[in-house]
Amino acid sequence: MADTLLMGAVAYDPKVVTIWEGFRTWFAGRELDFDFVLYSNYERQVQAHLEGHVHVAWNSPLAWLQAERAAKAAGRKAEAIAMRDTDCDLTSVIVVRSDSDVKSIADLKGRGRKVAVGAGDSPQATLIPLLHLAEHGVVPDDDVEVVKFDVLVGKHGDHIGGERDAVKALLDAQVDAACMIDGNHLAFTAEGTIPAGATKILAQTAPYDHCNFTIFDDVGPKAQVDRFRELLLSMRYDDPAVRPLLDLEGLKVWKPGRTEGYAQLEKAIDRFGTIEDFLASLGGRCT
Amino acid sequence: MSEALDLGDLGLDQGGHLLVKRALRAVEVGATVHVRGTAPELAVHLRGWCRAQGHRLVSAEAGGESFVVLERGGAEDGRWRGALITGHVDPQQPGAVADVAPPQWGLAARGATVEAGSPPMSFALSERDEIWADEAAQLYAQAVAAQWDPATAIDWTAEYSIPDEVEDAVVQVMTYLIENETAALIVPTRFLGQVHPHFREVMQVLAVQAADEARHIEVFTRRACLRRDALGLSTAGGQASLKSLLDEPDFAMASFLLSVLGEGSFLSLLWFLHEHAPDPITRQVAKLAAQDEARHVAFGLAHLRRHADLDPTLRGRLQMAVQRRHAELQHTAGLNEEVFDALLLLAAGGWDRDALRRGWQAVQQLKADMDDGRRRRLARLGFSVDEAAELSALHTRNFM
Repeated sequence: MADTLLMGAVAYDPKVVTIWEGFRTWFAGRELDFDFVLYSNYERQVQAHLEGHVHVAWNSPLAWLQAERAAKAAGRKAEAIAMRDTDCDLTSVIVVRSDSDVKSIADLKGRGRKVAVGAGDSPQATLIPLLHLAEHGVVPDDDVEVVKFDVLVGKHGDHIGGERDAVKALLDAQVDAACMIDGNHLAFTAEGTIPAGATKILAQTAPYDHCNFTIFDDVGPKAQVDRFRELLLSMRYDDPAVRPLLDLEGLKVWKPGRTEGYAQLEKAIDRFGTIEDFLASLGGRCT
Repeated sequence: MSEALDLGDLGLDQGGHLLVKRALRAVEVGATVHVRGTAPELAVHLRGWCRAQGHRLVSAEAGGESFVVLERGGAEDGRWRGALITGHVDPQQPGAVADVAPPQWGLAARGATVEAGSPPMSFALSERDEIWADEAAQLYAQAVAAQWDPATAIDWTAEYSIPDEVEDAVVQVMTYLIENETAALIVPTRFLGQVHPHFREVMQVLAVQAADEARHIEVFTRRACLRRDALGLSTAGGQASLKSLLDEPDFAMASFLLSVLGEGSFLSLLWFLHEHAPDPITRQVAKLAAQDEARHVAFGLAHLRRHADLDPTLRGRLQMAVQRRHAELQHTAGLNEEVFDALLLLAAGGWDRDALRRGWQAVQQLKADMDDGRRRRLARLGFSVDEAAELSALHTRNFM
């Protein structure tokens, strides 16, 4: 037990158990003693990670920034060691109804306009698109009313429900625009939530990155962390033992971690003060 | 190598992804496809679609017309690497039907390609020699072509006039037929769920056999209830005989006892009813059921003959199964008296002494016909004349 590598993950969906039980078995077959701890929200997970309860954390991009900043404040160092291929180069889109008189971002300004977003802590459905509006002259709350669809707060938008509710509100004409990941616009069309041609894309953000496996330089057995990363990167989609797990987790291949793709989110949280309360709540306990 | 694709105004949300997939399949992994199109969301949708599918979006220029460069990823190839080939859909092709169908093929159609890592499913009857008959496809086709609708195939309004007690005798015989056909439905159905779907034709024959029996149960019930609102008697001895069929765990043994010996004997019984029944409706239902039963007997004979040719020990085991069943049932009454008497009265058609004598003779002839039929079928399975005579004599007195 002492040598067990412990990973934290947030239980945003029951499939999380299937995924990590499956990977645990796969790792065990390769002589990595691996186990996982599930948290109900990212804040609890980041705090537990900082306190050394787990060695690796499967973090949302916002959780990554929470971890990185908290570590930095304490003179520690966070590192993103791996991520999914599907975590790289996402964009978000701001969508309006096809018959809308909103033709540009500027048209969202004033006149009681409303923009629907996902959970308040969702990078993809809230923070990054709102930053995009702000940088194009429409300041959230001041120039346009922000309507949040807070499905599972604390899970940083991992649950797609907030984006789906936002687009439903758009189609019901309760709001003038809705925000979502690029791929979800196509997915919502495929599942019938958006009738083909019922919406048009008003704006698209620059590419950004999503989740990563985070470690701290002073937490966890280094050899096991290295082995964990090595095994992740060795997983192949043509291996029938892991393919169903990769499908469930939504990737084809694990990639080395990178952090350049979090720049937009950093700007957003600086602008909106998203994680200040959380960082303050740590109160130096995690040093 | 690179491929160009012009989607025109077709969007990915309108089925355009099929053209993109086709273009990507035409190039090697790592090669690019240049996509252009005027659908407004094309560039956005291609970005999300590529990410989900494991392809790389190299560049995207959105505008009135979008220009997007995609690089083919290896995920699709990866999914089908190590896939399992499951024989051939046409059983006549060489190697089409496997000797042993592995659990990993699961529910896939024979001839399909199965993704590696599909969940294994356990089917107890997965060896070809245990269940296969080359005639299965033909018997299934015949069965499907010969299905009949009880509502229209039988003239339920036909007039007839028979004494009350003869009607009661018909009801008693129907009651007996219903419980026997229930056993004939349950026994193959139990094995149906154990047959590996690779042996599709066998599965289909057993399924249609069950459907036949369901229909027989329906028409026998309906005939019984034409003029009565209650059915006849069911005896402990009759049920003990049928229970021994339900308790038989081995497909070959159960098939032998049920289809070859039991349903074979029933063929004689049904043709007896067709010939001697006192009313046209009973004659019709007996004839239609007999035609179905003949196929059940044919399938039983076909797969057991094949099995016995391949496995020299099978005949000995079949022999023992008959002897074992005989020993189990020797202290039971066998055919219940009420059924025997009902057959006699039904064949006589009334209480006239000469008619009763004819009825008696007809029932004696029925038993002789049953014995004769059993011996002929046993001979077709390779039993000697003496063995066939001995085994036929040991067959249950309940007929089924």
